[in-house]
Amino acid sequence: MSSGREPRPRLLIALCAAGFVLFNFPLVIVWDKDVTVFGLPMLPVALFVIWGGLILALAAAMERRAPPRDEDGRERR
Amino acid sequence: MKVLIADDEPNIVISLEFMMKREGYEVIVARDGKQALDAIRRERPALVLLDAMMPEMTGFDVCAAVRSDETVRDTRILMLTAKGRETDLARGAGVGVDAYMTKPFSTRDLVAKVKELLA
Amino acid sequence: MIAAPLVLAASLAYLLTLFAIAAFADRRATQGRSVIDNPWIYALSWAVYCTAWTYFGSVGTAAVSGVWFLPIYLGPLLAMLVAWIVVRKMVRIAQTYRITSIADFIASRYGTSPMLAAVVTLITVIGMVPYIALQLKAVSGGFHLLTAGPTPHAEAAIVWWRDGALLVALAMAAFTIVFGTRHLDVYERHEGLVAAIAFESMLKLVAFLAVGAFVTWGLFGGMGDIWARAQALPELDGLLRLGGAEKAGAPDYARWFALITLSMLSALVLPRQFQMMVVECVGERHIRRAAWVFPAYLLLINVFVLPIAIGGQVLFGPGKMDAETFVLSLPLTQGAHWLALLAFVGGLSAATGMLIVETIAVSTMVCNDLVMPSLLRLPGFGTRQDGDLTRLLLNIRRAAIVGILMLGYLYFRIAGNAYALVSIGLISFAAVAQVAPALLGGMYWRGATKAGAFGGLIGGFAVWSYTLMLPSLAKSGWIPGGFMDDGPFGIGLLAPEHLFGLTGLDNLTHSLFWSLLVNVTLYVGLSFARNPSAREASQALLFADVFTRANSSDPAPVFWRGAARLEDLRSLAGRLLGASRADTLFQDLAQQQGVAPPDLVPDARLVDRVERQLAGAVGAASARVMVSSVAQEEPLTVDGVFEILEEASQLRGYARALEEKSLSLEQATSELRAANEQLKSLDHLKDDFMSSVTHELRTPLTSIRALSELMLDTPDMETEQREEFLRIVVSESERLSRLVNQVLDMAKIESGNAEWRNSDVDMGALVSNAVRATSELFRGRHAAVELSVPDGGVPVIRADPDRLTQVMLNLLSNAAKFVPEEHGRVLVALDSDEDGLTVEVRDNGPGVPLKDQASVFEKFRQGGDALTRPAGTGLGLPISRQIVNHFGGRMWLDSQPGQGACFAFWLPLGAREEEEP
Repeated sequence: MSSGREPRPRLLIALCAAGFVLFNFPLVIVWDKDVTVFGLPMLPVALFVIWGGLILALAAAMERRAPPRDEDGRERR
Repeated sequence: MKVLIADDEPNIVISLEFMMKREGYEVIVARDGKQALDAIRRERPALVLLDAMMPEMTGFDVCAAVRSDETVRDTRILMLTAKGRETDLARGAGVGVDAYMTKPFSTRDLVAKVKELLA
Repeated sequence: MIAAPLVLAASLAYLLTLFAIAAFADRRATQGRSVIDNPWIYALSWAVYCTAWTYFGSVGTAAVSGVWFLPIYLGPLLAMLVAWIVVRKMVRIAQTYRITSIADFIASRYGTSPMLAAVVTLITVIGMVPYIALQLKAVSGGFHLLTAGPTPHAEAAIVWWRDGALLVALAMAAFTIVFGTRHLDVYERHEGLVAAIAFESMLKLVAFLAVGAFVTWGLFGGMGDIWARAQALPELDGLLRLGGAEKAGAPDYARWFALITLSMLSALVLPRQFQMMVVECVGERHIRRAAWVFPAYLLLINVFVLPIAIGGQVLFGPGKMDAETFVLSLPLTQGAHWLALLAFVGGLSAATGMLIVETIAVSTMVCNDLVMPSLLRLPGFGTRQDGDLTRLLLNIRRAAIVGILMLGYLYFRIAGNAYALVSIGLISFAAVAQVAPALLGGMYWRGATKAGAFGGLIGGFAVWSYTLMLPSLAKSGWIPGGFMDDGPFGIGLLAPEHLFGLTGLDNLTHSLFWSLLVNVTLYVGLSFARNPSAREASQALLFADVFTRANSSDPAPVFWRGAARLEDLRSLAGRLLGASRADTLFQDLAQQQGVAPPDLVPDARLVDRVERQLAGAVGAASARVMVSSVAQEEPLTVDGVFEILEEASQLRGYARALEEKSLSLEQATSELRAANEQLKSLDHLKDDFMSSVTHELRTPLTSIRALSELMLDTPDMETEQREEFLRIVVSESERLSRLVNQVLDMAKIESGNAEWRNSDVDMGALVSNAVRATSELFRGRHAAVELSVPDGGVPVIRADPDRLTQVMLNLLSNAAKFVPEEHGRVLVALDSDEDGLTVEVRDNGPGVPLKDQASVFEKFRQGGDALTRPAGTGLGLPISRQIVNHFGGRMWLDSQPGQGACFAFWLPLGAREEEEP
């Protein structure tokens, strides 16, 4: 595991800070509206979408050490 | 008592021959290693003055052959060498020479050594 | 309604499955084929975060206040975003220093203080009791609902032996004892348990999603349909806004923030999270995946919370039914009995998972950090040298497990009914959050001291007790509640939920604010007030710099000075680990030192290693007490710490320098080896040459000395004899001086120091002169010399005529030596072509044997044997060849044995001097 493929601490801290900002006052007011998205209230939808987005970003940041994969998905030895 | 002189340098043979005869020994001369070995087996000398560096067979080879030959094994061998390096001394001891002298030698020392070996 | 025996049977079947899985994983672990060495299993085990609170309570919260159930799950996401930085460091520290609990962690960080460990343990135990009560309440409530049917807000009186909560508590105690305390482990790892928890996490997720899907698509036409129908209910208006259904003024952003922060800290410092993330971690690399799988799990399990909460209210009517039971009551009342049973098992699973892990973690702390250190201080106990303590340790833990669960049950009976699940859970969170500053701060801030940690923990805990715990007891009516509004002794400013008149915050945020404020202020303030002691400073370094100071190739410095006896250490280890484990330990240590076990030197490093191993079994605090009972410890001074650090960094420096050196040395060695090979061959040549020269010098000297001595010693020698001897002496002297000249000549040419006086040379004249000069020689040997030079001569070349004459004389005298006594014939021929001149000297002597032809130009290789060979030094031909080569030409021999020899050389016309080397 080369250090170059380690998750980058700065990126992780930035994501954490972004999460703090996106989930809290005052940005949360932006989502807190009487609007529906696909028939659903906007606030929970927004929170879940941000949540999912951060998880995807985190997964990408953490798994980037993975060596190139073969087509069958197995790690190359 | 017979003494064999084995050396390929004629002038050294001359001096050795003179010396041995003066001391009263019967002298045989060999000019190379092979002759020397033949002479030893044939004449059974009591002592061989053996030059280390000779054509055909080196003194070391001659000595080794003598020591492994039942009939002449007890021949006294005084090896003479012009090289005188440690390795030569060791080699001589390895093949079983009785004494070792470096050229140029002192005639008195040589005679004393010969007498000692034949005593 | 479902028959009680069926529910009990399902619960039993579930518990048996857990047993089976745990047993299987334990067996695999002993075979060395760990099932938990897998990032997915590891991540699932983190989901122990989701308890009955999540399973039942979230829906209850969502039904009342909409999205307010979410912050408790957003916080962990934020924590997981930095898991690679924080959790990995916790894991590294814990595994390097054999830390097995939060109490251990904090106590070790601040100088292995048993008092600190005890305080942390007490806070954790007290803080966890409500949480455990929550699980018992949920399970017993669920059981009651399934068997008795949904009765809105009903709580039937029950006799204790039919009390589901008590039964659950006892069953959990049994399970935990079986899988948590079967043996002592220096790593405190429980593979079977982790596997069981992972399974439990899967089960509760599947069950909850099943209920969610059933409600969303079975009872309604999707999430949109639920929301559309909810719009018709005025009670639900504004539910999904932060302001809440009541529309009571501005949204409480402070509480929102407090919940996120609190849950973020909790995800890191809850005892069960620490147990699963840090203690049970089998490989740091698994954190990479677990860090994102865990929040993804939280997201999944929360997707259906709102649909169930709102759907339930739409079906039952708002406020008609306890929303915390919707997960069970919805399937039950809608005829999906099997689903209800599955949902109950899922909830049971959520509750049991938490109970098991929490009690194991807390019981380890109670045993290692509270009971053992106290026992060890008892007079007579610590010094008792006999007896195996492992059984005692395990029994203490078992008792602690039962005790903690019973405390939880007690709290449930006392306060359980006054609070919703979520409120109980938050009380616990707030308590455990008090350890966060000391824990997280200690990992990064080297200046933090024991006093700071102590002050922060006690202060924060005290404020928590007063502002949150006490009111919770008061509200349930067990203590008079009068002080709640008026404050104690009528002092309004001290009212627990409105401290110093701070209003406008809900009780949790209020308590959290004050407790953490006091906590952090004391922690930082007291740390600043005094410099860290030597022990604190050294531990701070070990923790903060764990990534740089502690890796296998570069052992951490050992901050310990003193002396111990090997036997004492051995018997201590034997008592705490058991004889066979202790033997293994000392064999390993001996192997590392490279000595036999009895020859181990009980130096600081060894004592440190033993203490760490013991810390794994009994906790750092107990291990410290026990080791210091057998070791004469020298007080560590600040100077001492610096000294040790200095040594370590010097050693590290040396190691690094050595590594670099060895690299360059390796290179140098191979270069040297190559050079040496070259030198050796050169040396060999030189040695050969010297030995040959020596031989050649000694041989004439021998004759001269021997003959001279003989003449001296024989005064009466005959005149002819004397004359012959004198003649030999003279000729040998000549031979000697010739040899000396040639050796010098050779050395000069070879070293490039020879002088070359070049001029235009007419080779025809030069060869004729040489032949004339040697004519006497040939005449003496009765040999005829023929000279053949082309008509009109040959071109002039540029060379040193003296040197070329030397070559010619050498070749001619060689020929003269080898021609037969009679009919000797020597042919000297000079010829020229376009490029150069060729000179041949051909004799009709015996020729050169094939085997010697290659070596005639080598030094001291004289042809023929000494008897027949004319006197020579063996240097003539090598010197001649060197001269010819110098002018860019070449010399060779052409000879058929028995038909004479022909030495020849060729010189180029535009003879350039070779660049001398």
